[in-house]
Amino acid sequence: MDDKLIIGGHEFNSRFILGSGKYSLELIESAVKDAGAEIITLAVRRANTKDQENILDYIPKNVTLLPNTSGARNAQEAVRIARLARELGCGNFVKVEIMRDSKYLLPDNTETIKATEILANDGFVVMPYMYPDLNAARDMVNAGAASIMPLASPIGSNKGLATREFIQILIDEIDLPIIVDAGIGRPSQACEAMEMGAAAIMANTALATAGNLPLMASAFRAAIEAGRKAYLAKPGRVLSRGAAASDPLTGFLRD
Amino acid sequence: MDNEFFIDSEHLSQKALEKKHRLENDPSSRKNHMEYLPGMEQIESDICKKVIGQMNSYDYSQYTAKDVKAALEHEICTIEDFKALLSPAAEPFLEQMAQKARTETGKHFGNTVYMFTPLYIANYCENYCVYCGFNCYNHIKRMKLSMEQIEHEMKIIADSGMEEILILTGESRAQSDVEYIGEACKLASKYFRMVGLEIYPVNTDEYRYLHECGADYVTVFQETYDADKYETLHLLGHKRVWPYRFDAQERALMGGMRGVAFSALLGLSDFRKDALASALHVYYLQRKYPHAEMSLSCPRLRPIINNDKINPLDVHEKQLCQVICAYRIFLPFVGITVSSRESASFRNGIVKIAATKVSAGVSTGIGDHESKYTGKESDSIEGDEQFEINDDRSFEKMYRDISDEGLQPVLNDYLYV
Repeated sequence: MDDKLIIGGHEFNSRFILGSGKYSLELIESAVKDAGAEIITLAVRRANTKDQENILDYIPKNVTLLPNTSGARNAQEAVRIARLARELGCGNFVKVEIMRDSKYLLPDNTETIKATEILANDGFVVMPYMYPDLNAARDMVNAGAASIMPLASPIGSNKGLATREFIQILIDEIDLPIIVDAGIGRPSQACEAMEMGAAAIMANTALATAGNLPLMASAFRAAIEAGRKAYLAKPGRVLSRGAAASDPLTGFLRD
Repeated sequence: MDNEFFIDSEHLSQKALEKKHRLENDPSSRKNHMEYLPGMEQIESDICKKVIGQMNSYDYSQYTAKDVKAALEHEICTIEDFKALLSPAAEPFLEQMAQKARTETGKHFGNTVYMFTPLYIANYCENYCVYCGFNCYNHIKRMKLSMEQIEHEMKIIADSGMEEILILTGESRAQSDVEYIGEACKLASKYFRMVGLEIYPVNTDEYRYLHECGADYVTVFQETYDADKYETLHLLGHKRVWPYRFDAQERALMGGMRGVAFSALLGLSDFRKDALASALHVYYLQRKYPHAEMSLSCPRLRPIINNDKINPLDVHEKQLCQVICAYRIFLPFVGITVSSRESASFRNGIVKIAATKVSAGVSTGIGDHESKYTGKESDSIEGDEQFEINDDRSFEKMYRDISDEGLQPVLNDYLYV
């Protein structure tokens, strides 16, 4: 079955993307080998370092780097960080991440829309991280985004799909890949998001803090694949509430 | 029992001694510590009122084991929960607090530990703070580095691998003016990714200037939030003005700094009240400036040159650990710095629970990095130290020790934008 994830014209087989929060060589290796990641996020501010520490060296050459603009507090700063990433040789992909809140690290949609437009016009493949709001998502699409990345719950919280209903609206209404980012703590949550129609899942903490990293990475891979298959299979008769009437309500109609 | 702070140097003139004794013994000879001096900017802010109101009404003896258990069970730690965690009733729950603190640290910081080093560029001081080695009546070797000397020191530090530096001075505007510090920041931005400042408090426009010179993080220790106690410890100089110091972090943020750091010097006054006030200072300022990065330090009193008896009184390692765990549970998103004032074994333990930043390769003296880092005998003059450090591990040793603990040392996670 040919089921590729397509972002900005680039094709990927894997629907798991490694987030950038907590890095280690072991995590990156496991994300690629066991979870099958083909895209790895990289915080530019962490890459802004001397040779001995450079996490760019940890990342295998055959994966696509997704530098993020974490540390940016407005569109202007995000644009500067994205351009620095390109100078550092991180390619054209960029995850726009703009936060004006140091406590919950919630994204600022308004500034993100502005940055998306500037960077898309500058030739970047822009993947904006956002709070799931339909109007903002539409503005990001019009600004040239290549995908939309709504948060499931606050970063690092492992709280799962707290914004489920709103992500579903984005999946239903936006004609770009919806990649669920932040808050996915367990494979079952990743599976649920995929079953809803999400195009991919981004996670980091859930793997980084697992007792057995390779096993958790492979669990995520299986869960994402299962969710994707279920979505493509189109779930049948699943009643979430109430009961089905055995006699049709419309049986009285004559012609 | 209190610390014995007053030491008379034989090098002081009769006139100086008389003034010193008058300041020490006659409160009416001291300036009003709540009154601003000419040139000190006064900002409109309600933060102080909120923090001090909470501190004054805090009676930690009324909290019980039941309050502590409830605080440990709550998903969100309220101010009331935090008060319980700081109280003596929480002492038997230290292990549970550490477990919870570790979980919170992991959620927000993973297994990372940031590293930095301080660089003292001058130790001249115009204040008489009775516990501090730099105080103007303490007979020590004074020194102020020239720009060439500063650059030399920075090169040595940068060569060791360090990427974050904290520039410090004694509190003397006359000897170390804002422009001098600004020039040092410009040099520092050449050698380091991140430049922090721990200098005397300045006005908003001066913080803006220093930010433009490359500094992006301002640390100001309030020493004690108990203004009456503060008055008895800071007898002379600009530092005596308590409210100007309190608003320093807010002025720094108004001046465009990315982040600010806070602390009381534990052991000076009632440490539970000071810990409460320090954390609430962060809490209320974060609500007002949600974009700002915040961090807490938790220094304890240390011996100084000419007075080796100074100690942190009732703040033992257990109490310090309790304070740090309570900070982490109440403010899971803030950085917590533990300096070389603490022992290597304490720092190795606390980075696994709650601390996210440690110093290494530390000297609190002036111009002595070459001799300290390379072992090379220095032929130039060196200035004396502010206090005795406890953990003298080098950058390499600290890096290795952090890695050996299963943690990840991070040299930089920062971009100046």
